[in-house]
Amino acid sequence: MAVTVTVLVAALVVGVLALSVGDFPLAPTDVLRALVGGGDAGTRLVVLELRAPRVVVGLLAGAALALAGALTQTVVRNPLASPDVLGVTSGAALGAVAAIVLGGGTYEVSAGLLRLGVPAAATIGGLAAAALVVGLSWRGGLAPGRLVLVGVGLATAVTALTSWLLVVAKVNDAARASVWLAGSVSSRGWDQAVPLAVSFAVLAPTALLLGRPLSIVELGDDVAATLGVRVRATALATAAVAVGLTAAAVAAAGAIGFVGLVVPQVLRRLAGTTRPPLAASACGGALLVGGADLVGRLLWTWEVPVGLGTAAIGAPYLIWLLLRERRVG
Amino acid sequence: MSLAAEHLTVSYGERAVLHDLDLSIVDNQVTAVVGPNGCGKSTLLRTLGRLLRPDHGRVVLDGRRIDHTPTRQVARRLGLLPQTPTAPGGMTVRDLVARGRNPHLSWLRQFGSEDAAAVAHALDAVGLTDSADRAVDELSGGQRQRAWIAMVLAQQTDLLLLDEPTTYLDLAHQIEVLDLVAALHAEHGRTVVMVLHDLNLAARYAGHLVLVRDGRIHHQGPPAEVLTPQRIEEVFGLRATVLADPHTGGPLVVPRPTGS
Repeated sequence: MAVTVTVLVAALVVGVLALSVGDFPLAPTDVLRALVGGGDAGTRLVVLELRAPRVVVGLLAGAALALAGALTQTVVRNPLASPDVLGVTSGAALGAVAAIVLGGGTYEVSAGLLRLGVPAAATIGGLAAAALVVGLSWRGGLAPGRLVLVGVGLATAVTALTSWLLVVAKVNDAARASVWLAGSVSSRGWDQAVPLAVSFAVLAPTALLLGRPLSIVELGDDVAATLGVRVRATALATAAVAVGLTAAAVAAAGAIGFVGLVVPQVLRRLAGTTRPPLAASACGGALLVGGADLVGRLLWTWEVPVGLGTAAIGAPYLIWLLLRERRVG
Repeated sequence: MSLAAEHLTVSYGERAVLHDLDLSIVDNQVTAVVGPNGCGKSTLLRTLGRLLRPDHGRVVLDGRRIDHTPTRQVARRLGLLPQTPTAPGGMTVRDLVARGRNPHLSWLRQFGSEDAAAVAHALDAVGLTDSADRAVDELSGGQRQRAWIAMVLAQQTDLLLLDEPTTYLDLAHQIEVLDLVAALHAEHGRTVVMVLHDLNLAARYAGHLVLVRDGRIHHQGPPAEVLTPQRIEEVFGLRATVLADPHTGGPLVVPRPTGS
């Protein structure tokens, strides 16, 4: 509980800082005033229209990916699992890259398409791939081992298609597709932030409701069934919520890697729980992606895709935690 | 409390494991299900506990088909401990036992003082109150099995089904677990059905023996009546002498040396 609150506060502080820094620096107090509707019109424009969508997308995409990771790792009982094994990320990548490369043509057309068409194509691609993975691995229930194998296999095949599209694409399209693949929250508007916020507002509480049955399922399917849990329904609902959260995040921010894998494991160690904590993971994901974006903007003048920052911060931190754990235990 | 199997047929794929089996669990009694490996005794217990769905026939709990009863309602009347369950690494005994309250909890009825009392009572019954904050995976085999039994006890059901509760335990720990089962029956009047491998322990701790062979009940009744040299040879293919247990007077199965 203490960990959740600490991480949540840190994520909110990062959010306010991210709203303050930029070409037009603002005091955090002015930012807070603008957020509640005060301050002058110029400040409100910068905070609410220019910076807020980007910050909201970063925080919520991070929260959604980490929460999806915690759910996935619990349901497949594997700390190495991330929402990627459900096929969502690779399917979404194929959809987005296909939209960028095939839908391109003239620049004017593709500019409009990038804003609305790419998120839609990513969502459709992600949901379709996830449905395929779950469908192919279903054997009267969600078989974790099978799910991971089918997911990894399908992701590889789908990624090969994506690579092929990148190879045959025009240079401009390929560059834009690469930025999307690395994950980026730059120049996001409310038209991307709002769908993500709505999806998160529906799916995150659903995920928390699944917390209690999942705390029983971790004792094994047989024990869970004897304790009155509907094991298959719980697993399917958990996978569905994880897929939905990932699809929403990826549609808005691209394929930000590593958050879903690393954050739940880091938070499990910090909170000292037996499985990845749900609420704390969500807060941790928001902190990691929001923080990576903030650091990227502070250190470099050009736009560093946030996905690079999450991997650069997240991976060494997890390894350090594991090394320390090994020394102690 | 009543639990009965009627015309139960269960198969894994093509292979039928139980054939048209009928069984009524004797209320307020410790029943042991015994039989050779692969005879279907675990399948029988798991079907009685709603973990497996029969192909034909039905299991009836208190007059209602168990597969037509919501799983939470079943879980409030019947506790089942599967074979060799494993707790997640680092989970404490108290956390494990508290999970047993799940069938009684909902979003409207969160874990409260009544549940804490049930957990404390279960820990006390298995003698693990002092180890409640230790991790389950740090305990000895016998203590670990008692922790799992405490979880089932916290469920507060009148009926307990235990699937080979003594597997992988040395003799002293087997006795420790079975003494606990006997106490639960004697002090709380619980009905217990357990699958056991050891005929002598089954004879000592159960009031009713169910001898299973090839998915059918070969014979059932009081241990002294069930465990005769002839039946042991029919069911296990083992020639044995049955003596009187020097401590209890019950049957004691002593296999003959091969070749004699």
